[in-house]
Amino acid sequence: MNLTQEPELSGLKERLQKAARTVRARALQMVYHAKLGHPGGDLSSADILTTLYLAILRIDPRNPSWPERDRFIMSKGHCSAALYATLAAAGLLGEQALQTFMEPLSLLNGHPDRNKVQGVEANTGPLGHGLPIATGCALAAKMQRASWRTFVLTGDGELQEGSNWEAALCAAHYGLDNLTLIVDRNRIQQGDFTEAIMRLDPLAEKWRAFGWLVVEANGHDYGDLLRVLGAVPHEKGKPTCVIAHTVKGRGVSFMENKPQWHHRVPLESELAAALEELMKGEL
Amino acid sequence: MREGAAAAETFDCRISFASTLEEMAERDHRVCAVVNDSVGSTKLKGFRDRFPERFVNVGIAEQNMVGTSAGLATGGMIPFCCGASCFLTARSMEQVKVDLGYAKNNVKLCGMSSGMAYGELGPTHHSIEDLAWTRVIPNLTVIVPADPVETRAAMQWAKDHVGPVFLRLSRLPVPRLLPDSFVFVPGEAVTLRDGEDIALLANGVMVTRALDAAAGLHERGIEARVVNMSSMSPIDRDAVVRSAKETRGIVTVEEASIYGGLGGAVAEIVADEHPARVKRLGVPGVFAPTGSAEFLFEHFGLTAAGIEKAAMELLGKETAK
Repeated sequence: MNLTQEPELSGLKERLQKAARTVRARALQMVYHAKLGHPGGDLSSADILTTLYLAILRIDPRNPSWPERDRFIMSKGHCSAALYATLAAAGLLGEQALQTFMEPLSLLNGHPDRNKVQGVEANTGPLGHGLPIATGCALAAKMQRASWRTFVLTGDGELQEGSNWEAALCAAHYGLDNLTLIVDRNRIQQGDFTEAIMRLDPLAEKWRAFGWLVVEANGHDYGDLLRVLGAVPHEKGKPTCVIAHTVKGRGVSFMENKPQWHHRVPLESELAAALEELMKGEL
Repeated sequence: MREGAAAAETFDCRISFASTLEEMAERDHRVCAVVNDSVGSTKLKGFRDRFPERFVNVGIAEQNMVGTSAGLATGGMIPFCCGASCFLTARSMEQVKVDLGYAKNNVKLCGMSSGMAYGELGPTHHSIEDLAWTRVIPNLTVIVPADPVETRAAMQWAKDHVGPVFLRLSRLPVPRLLPDSFVFVPGEAVTLRDGEDIALLANGVMVTRALDAAAGLHERGIEARVVNMSSMSPIDRDAVVRSAKETRGIVTVEEASIYGGLGGAVAEIVADEHPARVKRLGVPGVFAPTGSAEFLFEHFGLTAAGIEKAAMELLGKETAK
């Protein structure tokens, strides 16, 4: 991918924008039909997921278990609707399957199962599992002197789990520059704003103190995401932490930055209004 | 103790564990080790020095140790994740359930110094709950080897098996019970002594004691069957049902809580398939008092004499000779 060519870059951004709009719409439809889900986080992570799957990850949809593939760990497993919709956009999952989200015996559980869905690398849902797993993946690549990379997406509230900081120490200690953590910094967790529940700021300083190279980005700006994620590692011998500033509920005005949309299910009228906004919106 | 048993040479199964792991690492570049600052207690100094690039010390951080091991497996390695069983299982239980059992990651958990091996250090360092906790996790094979030969055989099986395994190991010296040609088969209990009066079902370091008890019972005219129940999950249901049908009662012996471990499993099986008298020997729902491992074994009746006494009582016989 040569991002120095302006026309190519703007074409890519357009494709990502279109795909992310579809991911958002699909995720909201899935949550509405299942009457369960986490729409706020689905919407805040949609641009990050789309950028990863369509522009950054070296994966082969025809050979999902290719040993040399990049590993992506979706640590915030509760945002499975966005993940499944992105896997469909990347050709790893059939569009038809999305309609079975959380139905009895569906392969699409409320939280992803790697043994049922191709492209899923880890069974997540309980928080604080993804970063340790990603750390192990990155260590495996180092042991094998392989060039594949590991990316992991966590929530921000999720960072209150201590296991993340055990892994943070470990990844820095072993100099895992083939590991990139992306924090979906939407500043809202289940019960309230993160800073009201358990303060995380100053977050960048925490990661720097743990020995990581920290980059901040706008998690809804494809140019920013492509620039940051396309250039890892930013420093040899250090894992990268991308703090992606996002808006929970992004793309639907009445869902944006409201804690209740962490796991509220839209009414029929709300779904219709949301889809209309998405389709005519500038996103 | 049976005649002559005192003279039998005994072994620390960790030595067998460490040498087997080094051999496997030499032959298979996917084998790696993960420890939590437990190089000494896991006897893996040799492994660390020979294969430094495949040795990961995560520090004192068990959740990350198990999660990182799951990631190593996702990346194509075969990690042996080793630490004191009390911390390895309790501290990282959700990682064991989700990252290993549910996700079916190819990780071999090696719980060292399990049971009450840490004796005087107290209940914080005893791991008598680990069998109950791990036995209920689907996809996780749970093995409690009885001697150095079975330790080696179980590790060789575990390395070739694609899926999570929990090997519950001890530091307490035990004599060699099995022939070098022994091959571990999951879900297959091994009868070490025949008998139709009573069945002694044991695992781990208790198997030797059950054999000693059987020798004592023989002198009293009672023929005890001794079955090594090293494979806790899957468990050999047929061996348990046969013991229930063919003898007058079952004594289970384990260095673990009598709730949920071997005793619990055997009680479930006989209740389902062939009700029988069962006496469960182990730790009866208490935190152990202060004392050495051997003191605690005496305290809880986990000695040849204690097993003999339990067997006699189950059969309704006086224990005084």
